[in-house]
Amino acid sequence: MNAKAIVVTSGKGGVGKTTSTANVGAALARLGEKVAVIDTDVGLRNLDVVMGLEGRVVYDLIDVFEGRCKLRQALIRDKRVDTLHLIAASQTKDKSSLSESRMQETVRLLLEEEGFDRVLIDSPAGIESGFQTAASGADGALVVVNPEVSSVRDADRIIGLLEARDVREVRLIINRLRPEMVKRGDMLEVDDVLEILGVKLIGIVPEDERILVSTNLGSPASLDDTNRAGGEFRNIARRLKGEDIPYPVLDPQSGGLLGGLRRLFGGR
Amino acid sequence: MFRLFGRKRSKDHLKERLKLVLSYDRAKLTPGKMEDLKAELLQVIGKYFPADETEYDVKLEQHGDRMVMVANLPVKG
Repeated sequence: MNAKAIVVTSGKGGVGKTTSTANVGAALARLGEKVAVIDTDVGLRNLDVVMGLEGRVVYDLIDVFEGRCKLRQALIRDKRVDTLHLIAASQTKDKSSLSESRMQETVRLLLEEEGFDRVLIDSPAGIESGFQTAASGADGALVVVNPEVSSVRDADRIIGLLEARDVREVRLIINRLRPEMVKRGDMLEVDDVLEILGVKLIGIVPEDERILVSTNLGSPASLDDTNRAGGEFRNIARRLKGEDIPYPVLDPQSGGLLGGLRRLFGGR
Repeated sequence: MFRLFGRKRSKDHLKERLKLVLSYDRAKLTPGKMEDLKAELLQVIGKYFPADETEYDVKLEQHGDRMVMVANLPVKG
């Protein structure tokens, strides 16, 4: 993707926006990019806890917008990968200062003045002002979708809104795919989702308990090379940088999508 | 294993339902409005030639990037 500022969005809540932001952001940073991940879900902030950085939040995005701190003071550097930075959302402050122009200016400063290679913007659920503000700073989008009815419908709506905003590069992350259900014909398969939504794919992430476990620990799965569940997020980061990485073959009989992933990585 | 061939897979139902609901969503049209449109079209068509109401069908279809409204009006022979 050529886009430098990428909004991670979905319409529906609970499909994996924050997990995807943390994992793709961490994986991009591991590949050497200077990355800022921004939580724009004011009042319901979570990217800080998913990344395990909640103890280090001093200033947040609203403080930046209202001039209570310098942009640099709100950037929390991740000690595990020092090119990874977080700007937290505010949990309690009034969100009336959230504005598209402030968002755009913040993204511009990060890319042009602070030397960031990539900014990932974690959008709140919904299609209202929170989403619109998040999308206003972006020139690309990762749309996270689960292969089920309400998520696909909401994703279609979001894709329409992104197009209306002239967000050029829109890519799809199909998250929480369950190979055994696909095999039975009880879950949409990847091609079905792509056919219905008509956007390009960038990742297929199988349902995996280890993603939740790594979130419990506040350590994105993609940071740990031995965590295979983080493998597809690492693949997404590489595809985002233009590498041609094959998608895993869906085959529950030989250990599912994970079996395919395992073979891809030459792992156990 | 064999029962798989006997029943329609639930994902096929889902796919059909999604395609239908998204075609209305994208056209910013409700199924009710579509029925009104159908009825009105039928009236107009009927002024010019006898159409077969039972076979009459209007639906939205996705043709590549665009939504297309397709009307199928068999003429009474």
